[in-house]
Amino acid sequence: MAFRNYILVCGGTACESVKSQQIYQNLIAACKEHGVADEVQIVMTGCFGFCEQGPIVKILPEDAFYVKVKPEDADEIIREHIVKGRQVERLLYDKSGSTRHARVEDIQFYQKQFRIVLRNCGFINPESIDEYIAREGYQALERALFEMTSDEIIEELKSSGLRGRGGAGFPTWMKWNFTRQVKNDIKYVVCNADEGDPGAYMDRSTLEGDPHSVLEAMTICGKTVGANKGYIYIRAEYPLAISRLEIAMAQAREYGLLGNNILGSGFDFDIEIRLGAGAFVCGEETALLQSIEGKRGMPQPRPPFPAVKGLWGQPTVISNVETWANVPVIITRGASWFNKIGTADSKGTKVFALTGKIRNSGLVEVPMGTTLREIIFDIGGGIANDKKFKAVQTGGPSGGVLTEEYLDTPIDFGSLVKAGSMMGSGGMIVMDEDDCIVDVVKFYLDFSVDESCGKCAPCRIGGKSLARILEKITKGNGTVEDIDTMRTIGEAMKKGSLCALGQTTPNPILSSLDHFHDEYLAHIVDKKCPAGKCKDLISYWILEDKCTGCTACARKCPVNAISGARKEVHVIDQNACIQCGACYETCRFDAIEIR
Amino acid sequence: MYMVIKKMVKYIQMSFCSGGYMSQSNEVMFSPELVSFIEEWKTKPGNLIMVLHKVQEEFHYISREAADKVAEMLDVPLASIWGVVSFYHFFKLTKPGKHNIQVCMGTACYLKGGQGVLEELGSQLKIPAGAVTEDGIFSLEGVRCLGCCGLAPVMSIGGEVYGKVTKTQIPKILAALRQA
Repeated sequence: MAFRNYILVCGGTACESVKSQQIYQNLIAACKEHGVADEVQIVMTGCFGFCEQGPIVKILPEDAFYVKVKPEDADEIIREHIVKGRQVERLLYDKSGSTRHARVEDIQFYQKQFRIVLRNCGFINPESIDEYIAREGYQALERALFEMTSDEIIEELKSSGLRGRGGAGFPTWMKWNFTRQVKNDIKYVVCNADEGDPGAYMDRSTLEGDPHSVLEAMTICGKTVGANKGYIYIRAEYPLAISRLEIAMAQAREYGLLGNNILGSGFDFDIEIRLGAGAFVCGEETALLQSIEGKRGMPQPRPPFPAVKGLWGQPTVISNVETWANVPVIITRGASWFNKIGTADSKGTKVFALTGKIRNSGLVEVPMGTTLREIIFDIGGGIANDKKFKAVQTGGPSGGVLTEEYLDTPIDFGSLVKAGSMMGSGGMIVMDEDDCIVDVVKFYLDFSVDESCGKCAPCRIGGKSLARILEKITKGNGTVEDIDTMRTIGEAMKKGSLCALGQTTPNPILSSLDHFHDEYLAHIVDKKCPAGKCKDLISYWILEDKCTGCTACARKCPVNAISGARKEVHVIDQNACIQCGACYETCRFDAIEIR
Repeated sequence: MYMVIKKMVKYIQMSFCSGGYMSQSNEVMFSPELVSFIEEWKTKPGNLIMVLHKVQEEFHYISREAADKVAEMLDVPLASIWGVVSFYHFFKLTKPGKHNIQVCMGTACYLKGGQGVLEELGSQLKIPAGAVTEDGIFSLEGVRCLGCCGLAPVMSIGGEVYGKVTKTQIPKILAALRQA
């Protein structure tokens, strides 16, 4: 039966954490109360991507896009929009403050996006296999089982040009082919959902919004390479994604799309979930396989590659969530459709988690070849609070920092590496003039050092040494020689480390030393932090002409370093000040300056 | 021969590793669900991490006694269990407070002041990150990205996510939890 209206409520983690579940319940209750329950279908979907504006409620067919909805708004939405046919103006997405945009297609955030991986996110109910099937779901599996040979499937993948989305960009068809060629009774298919990159949540959103796409792809791979067992290794920190995967697996088994004799083809394939336990290094494929085996996640030397000798010593195809989610579309629509999207060396799209000091934070999917500028300024709406753009970081702790002059770099695997960064798994963090590069680099380095498994010396000792030098620089004790030392250590780590974690740990340092040399020198030579972030290199001063003597700062100061009578200019005792910044945050007259 | 060695290993584990205490007297009680989960997973390869997750789900941390019991039930050396527990951040070795405050230390939160939130919480609770208050009501930790970057800085307490947290909100949030 057809409904008059469809109400889509975002059920991604970010929206759910601001009560989208309650909104969903309230909408259902309101529909009953106003007697329209039979005319409206309310669906809890996966992530819409526009997390900055969440929780989001979208109403079809009008395509009305309601943002920052609160549970108590549910009644008004039903009463006004559904019953009376008047859109709730105050909740519609507001771009400039003057014009209100109602329709999704008018929203700039979505205009340059192209959704393949996120095709179903924010559109279907991820807990319903029927909705997935209605959107071409499991057609690819059917083709793979009955219409295509393994050779044809691999050929299709090869001409699609699909490369791994986990960071390294290895051609997917080659992995499949290696495993297929090994003669072995037992083979495995593994999905890497251990998304450890801080500030990135593409894979989680894909699994939460469209779990069947990954299950379907893994099954197709199993058929192609001759594997009957798959594992999804997922972070334990993603409870919602885990539960949606479990529901999806149960439904697929019930429909005969997973388990024994799939669709009567005689092919058996089943999938099991294994939980990660918070170790970044387990994103590295050999470490991940160790972890599935129940051991400490220590990377292993390659070769042999997992494709030949992987899980429990058996040939294993291992790919990242986003890579898997591309596979069904390639099989259904054909390689010739897919390889028209993107650039010469990178086909298809890439999902990015756009975060940091950006106006429109969220999940974006763009065709390869889109420039950084388009993502940050067109889709992302530029820098928040009218600050100045300083840098963009891609590839997380393994990537590099890029400056304004690189903004027109097209995003593909090759170009980003050439610019001194990398694609990585899809974290994109924007920094403004208030962020100190040395401080951010130190943040990444501390992260990598903390996550080093300690197996090989270059990573274990090199990382610690780099962290120590950065600590010294941010404390104002750095020397000019330290810059060369960091370069030497960094290059040695790149060459000598066993796995990608150690090899890429120095990347944020090396790229920022090139692009932000002056900022390092300011810390080392002038003993100043230009962005005012490094506590040991700044001091707070009260501006005489702006201080009103309100005493707010003096009352807030935890060490009583501020003196001055009421209605008279206050003074900070520089010897007693601990640079906590409490006064700076408290002052309502901008009378405190960082020097 | 193999069995003899195994028994010896177990004896050595009990008498040295556990400081010579009688394991019976300090034994923890596993719920029937947990026991049947472990029984179910016992024969599956690579079961250890899954079992430890379940143990932590029940006790909120992995105590020495619980690890002893898992070693016995799965028939794996305690050292292997300790190796795994200490390797992974997710597994905790000390009992968290009634309200465990997790402050996101992802990059987006860091840029938007997550570190400041953590420090402010630490100074109000008078504990460093990773510790529990004396009364056992609060524990505080900096955690890996919670994935709500659009809401940065974020903290999570008992599954409830607090977005765009400011230092000034903290006393109120703590007071409300104390009452709860």
